[in-house]
Amino acid sequence: MAESTIKIPVGPQHPFLKEPCKFEFEISGEEIRGAKIRMGYNHRGMEKACEDRNYYQCLYLLERICGICSHSHTTAYIQAVESLLGLELPKRGLYLRTLVCELERLHSHLLWLGVAAHEVGFDTLFMYTWRDRELVMNILEEISGNRVNYAINTVGGVRRDITAEQRKKILDLTKVVRERVAYYANIGTNEPSFMARIQGVGKMSTERAIEKCAVGPFARASNVDRDVRRDDPYAAYGDLEFKVITSDSCDILGRVVVRVLEMVESCKMIDQLLDKLPEGEIAVQKVPRRVPAGAAVSRYEAPRGEDVHYVRSNGTDKPERVKVRAPTLCNLEAAAESVVGSYVADIPIAIASIDPCFSCTDRTTVLLNDRRRGVRMATWEELRRHGVDWYRQNKGIRF
Amino acid sequence: MFKKLVKWARVKSPWILHFNSGACNACDIEILASLMPHYDLERFGVMLKASPRHADVLICSGPVSKQIAPRLRRIYEQMPDPKFVVAVGACACSGGAFRGCYNVMGGIDSVVPVAAYVPGCPVKPEALIDGVAKLLGELNKESA
Repeated sequence: MAESTIKIPVGPQHPFLKEPCKFEFEISGEEIRGAKIRMGYNHRGMEKACEDRNYYQCLYLLERICGICSHSHTTAYIQAVESLLGLELPKRGLYLRTLVCELERLHSHLLWLGVAAHEVGFDTLFMYTWRDRELVMNILEEISGNRVNYAINTVGGVRRDITAEQRKKILDLTKVVRERVAYYANIGTNEPSFMARIQGVGKMSTERAIEKCAVGPFARASNVDRDVRRDDPYAAYGDLEFKVITSDSCDILGRVVVRVLEMVESCKMIDQLLDKLPEGEIAVQKVPRRVPAGAAVSRYEAPRGEDVHYVRSNGTDKPERVKVRAPTLCNLEAAAESVVGSYVADIPIAIASIDPCFSCTDRTTVLLNDRRRGVRMATWEELRRHGVDWYRQNKGIRF
Repeated sequence: MFKKLVKWARVKSPWILHFNSGACNACDIEILASLMPHYDLERFGVMLKASPRHADVLICSGPVSKQIAPRLRRIYEQMPDPKFVVAVGACACSGGAFRGCYNVMGGIDSVVPVAAYVPGCPVKPEALIDGVAKLLGELNKESA
């Protein structure tokens, strides 16, 4: 007997989604049998807009791909541009850039931990992590001048130096964050009600994670030992000592553990960066406006995973093509698969466990009325017309 | 008498709905941050609701992409009268950095009427609190 399933749509406006995206879950009873994703609500056409702007204006625009990993996108883009220009960056500039990278990872992971706690109904932890996140935001505001879009990158280095006083404040911050993270690690792995919601939920095996091209903490929680910071070091990561955190539990618990321990590693890296911070210039003094013709790809380990930017130049002061591949795009397919087999009640936390960021992801729109591929979407009126005509021609029914 | 009571309740405790109409997330996390303990917008009686049918104020961020525009209109129509829209962020006010992009309508007011504009890219929680307080002040005057 064929099993009957029903479809429930979720989104685009839904309390568990902070951003618009539509899911269609096929369920049988309480169990999920399949999931479909419909994206594109956040597509703004930024890649095209980049072609009308010069390299510096693109920096401003690309920072606004995503408000949480804004520094990731500018760094990935600027690395591609700098490699086209063949610039040799001053050490201090690279160190400061890396410092902001790691501070951003701290705030992003704290944010995620709070959202994850909120999705399972553990609002106390949500409030706690967001309070601690404000400490990181204050530091970011102090060193860059803005809370969210830091705008600290420029072609050939960074725009602001840090003072001795700020350095001390950052060191104090990492001390506090370490204490708090130890507390969260304890809650995340010992609190029975929290554990009951995340252990064994949203399973993703190592093989499937690799097949589905998962990246970042999501993949590392499925025991895929990949991290661009170690495998292909950029900025100042070559000089730093850190561990790549992996977990073999392959479920949401693993994703919590990986992110919490990554925060500890970030604190370590920030301390090392401030310890070794070299003296000197923070940016290359004279940067040509025109970029020589060529193409470059740059990889970057954003808080959510590997971010890839491709820049093609035609020798003018504007890029010919900018292509962004954001980490959520890779993880979303895998996340849709990981909910299959769990309950309807697990949907929010399972989707949130990849830390989805749809504004990063929505880079294309697909034309549904694509006649060449035989795909067509009918409006209600067209369908009505078709029904009337079909019956008239085939059954002879006329009104 | 009943009207007075409703107005009093609305001003003292507006229920808000947050909707992202194609924003970059920056404004959205700032909206969320302003509801959190550090800034605590809830002390004005503001409460975040999940359904448009329960909300008085629609807090909306983003330049409105073409795909989201019909949804935004539908959500606006689902809200009970009287309803107020707060456009949060530079791109919600005018299109901001995305003005001229091919898939962007350019501002919330190109789709639904807006009662208050809060500029900033992204808005600071302080600015958002100021905007909401001003809107409540206006509503209070109207009810007097």
